[in-house]
Amino acid sequence: MTTFSYISRRWTDSISDTWINITTFFLLLLPLSIGLGLVLKSLPLLTTHSFFRLIDSSAWSPMNGHFGFYAFIAGSLSVTLLSFILSAPVCLLAAIYLTQYAPRWLMEAMYFIIDVLAGIPSVVFGAWGVLVVVPLISEYIAPAFGFTSTGYCLLAGGIVLAIMIVPYVLNMLMEVLRSIPVELKEASLSLGATYWETIKWVLLREGKTGILAAINLGISKALGETIAVLMVAGNVVQVPRNVFQPVYPLPALIANNYGDMMSIPLYDSALIFSALLLFVIIIVFNMLTRLLFNRTAKNH
Amino acid sequence: MKNKKRLEEQFFLWIMRAVTASIILVFFLILLVILQKGWRALSWQMVSEVPEGGFYFGKSGGILNAIIGSLYLALGSTFLAVLIGLPVALGMNIHFVRKKRWVSALRFLLDALWGVPTIVFGAFGFAIMTYFHLRASLLAGIITVTLFIVPIFIRALDEALRTIPIGLLEGSYSMGATKTRTAYSVFFRQALPGFISALLLAFGRSIGDAASVLFTAGYTDQIPHSLQDPTATLPLAIFFQLSSAIPEVKQRAYAAALILTGIILFISLISRLATRKFKKNIL
Amino acid sequence: MSDNIISIKNLKVDAGNAPILKNINLEIPRNKITVLLGPSGCGKTTLLKCLNRLTDLHPQLKVSGQVLIDGEDIFHPKQNITRVRQKMGLLSQKPFPLPMSIYKNITYGLKIKGIKDKKQLQSIVEQNLDDAGLWEEVKDRLHAPATRLSIGQQQRLCLARGLAVGPEIILADEPTSALDPISSRKIEEKFLDLKNSYTLIAVTHILRQAKRLADHIVFIYLGEVVEQGTPDAIFNNPQTAILKEYLQSGH
Repeated sequence: MTTFSYISRRWTDSISDTWINITTFFLLLLPLSIGLGLVLKSLPLLTTHSFFRLIDSSAWSPMNGHFGFYAFIAGSLSVTLLSFILSAPVCLLAAIYLTQYAPRWLMEAMYFIIDVLAGIPSVVFGAWGVLVVVPLISEYIAPAFGFTSTGYCLLAGGIVLAIMIVPYVLNMLMEVLRSIPVELKEASLSLGATYWETIKWVLLREGKTGILAAINLGISKALGETIAVLMVAGNVVQVPRNVFQPVYPLPALIANNYGDMMSIPLYDSALIFSALLLFVIIIVFNMLTRLLFNRTAKNH
Repeated sequence: MKNKKRLEEQFFLWIMRAVTASIILVFFLILLVILQKGWRALSWQMVSEVPEGGFYFGKSGGILNAIIGSLYLALGSTFLAVLIGLPVALGMNIHFVRKKRWVSALRFLLDALWGVPTIVFGAFGFAIMTYFHLRASLLAGIITVTLFIVPIFIRALDEALRTIPIGLLEGSYSMGATKTRTAYSVFFRQALPGFISALLLAFGRSIGDAASVLFTAGYTDQIPHSLQDPTATLPLAIFFQLSSAIPEVKQRAYAAALILTGIILFISLISRLATRKFKKNIL
Repeated sequence: MSDNIISIKNLKVDAGNAPILKNINLEIPRNKITVLLGPSGCGKTTLLKCLNRLTDLHPQLKVSGQVLIDGEDIFHPKQNITRVRQKMGLLSQKPFPLPMSIYKNITYGLKIKGIKDKKQLQSIVEQNLDDAGLWEEVKDRLHAPATRLSIGQQQRLCLARGLAVGPEIILADEPTSALDPISSRKIEEKFLDLKNSYTLIAVTHILRQAKRLADHIVFIYLGEVVEQGTPDAIFNNPQTAILKEYLQSGH
């Protein structure tokens, strides 16, 4: 061990050490700085308009200084809710089938499908939505219910979004159900319950927290999804009266108008404010999911 | 009463089967449509030329601008993400492994960040750009994308590192290695498959995301020559050209969709194969 | 010889290609405690699980042969398995209370049988918790979640739960291995009490426990019945070499 190699080793080690410390510190700062940056940029809007008026009013004409976010908030919430209604029962039923009844190869195949679906980029889902879902609605579904629709509507957004969150929710539900110890099922069966009764009364109860966490995950993903919904939702500033009408979720607002941002006063502030709203909502939801999941893990 | 129970079970069983089948059907439907539309649009010209004749009205040319632009972007941001993220992940598992509170807080934070929609990162990137009076460029795009894939990379790598037994650490220390040396030579080799899959995951996310580059990377028909140039990306190529009335422009969107999906599927396949192959050499 | 409640004929169980039980032929006497003894991995738990067809839950297990309970083969495809399972109560190694209150744990099996009358349910709950020696400790908190009990209490709850459905047979898989000595003793005392009204089959690898509880011991090794007999015969007069070695090494 020559002195020279010893010194250069110590040198590289201490540089690496420092780098590790720097990067970790940077990471801790990241969410804070994002939040801070967004708040700072929203300040011009927040100082001239009352927060509650912003949330409450649906009057949106930036050129006249009207910034009512209500229609967009309603848009985000309604398309998220719809996608949840469409996907949650599907995911739960499929998860039960795949983990309790289906042969093992089917479950493995499903994991592969989930993996692939989760990897498909949002914009490709949007393109698919435009090619398949939108015409489906305008030509078949809407007329069947007695409505006319361009197809670019709440329902289209809900369907596309539902398909996009299925891999995440289904995956988590399957993990939850599989983690329940088989002895619990054995205990229920030995008391004379049928397999289905065991699933209903024991399995689902035991997995309650995990199921909620999966739902939470799905909702948070749906809330934040931008591009795919943007491409099929219609983007008209109004609160939709039925599912065949167009809708304008918050992320779409940000994405669509960045070009006009600089020309109208306070517009950029307003858009950043929407981003801030989104940021806060999602972080809160994610923390809830984590807490819920940790609680399930602890109970086993 | 027994029959009622049996009926109920059968009923639900059929519903469950139908539901599972429909998920599989939709999956194939998605792949088929992309394949069909994209395949027809694909040609050698498409992947080797940039669009010609004016942005939205162009009649001929291909999407080489988007392909190259996306590759530059993804490579740049993945590289940066590894540069920043690798030390953090290693640090969490070696240097700071004693400070359990800090590490779990950091994990919590990273998980929270993972779910933040990329449009927020895009907006943040844009806010920074306007503050520093920068224009939309490849560099701005790379920085924004790096920001959002760093938490993804770190958490994925962290999950892999967590499975490595402490005994390995102790063995290395007892031979006189410092923490950093242990980190990079011993730990890392063990976690190679995890590293590769985290890397590919980050790369896949960086190339497919549209919202983060929408404001920050700009869009152009040219291939960027420097970091200050704006650049086209595959997701935006789809986004902007899909709704065009001109069929040639639409074709470019379909081709881009197919190529993008193809790249991502290819990456996840490689990731699976690599993990399986490397798993042989580890504990 | 008292009549036998269970007859096992030519039972074979394989997991994939590995045999777990090879050609078991066994008679289980009524109203006695039969102990399945043997080292870990010899197949005794699997044998126990065959008796109420819990093996159905594990698709990788292939089962062939007959298990006759009161003369009926439980593996016959037309068999109403839930009715058969209600004839038997299961006590596992680690207690697994259902995710409900103490009260509901006991009424679970009853509701499945169709008993709905509240007064009847209440009295059955009280009776069985008392039988299991748990009533005094939980009578004030019947509707608290069962998971809040100590592990010894949970095991007694599982016993009460199993008794409540009115079985004839009780299957116990290493019932005291997760418990402290005092709780273990309580369970063992209960077993000796229960002998009069039920048939008990217990799996254990603790020699002394077998000595304390058993009327009849079946020694199993590597999936086969090697020797069986009274505790006196087994412990003081072992016939086979394997059994002799097992008794000496104590595990």
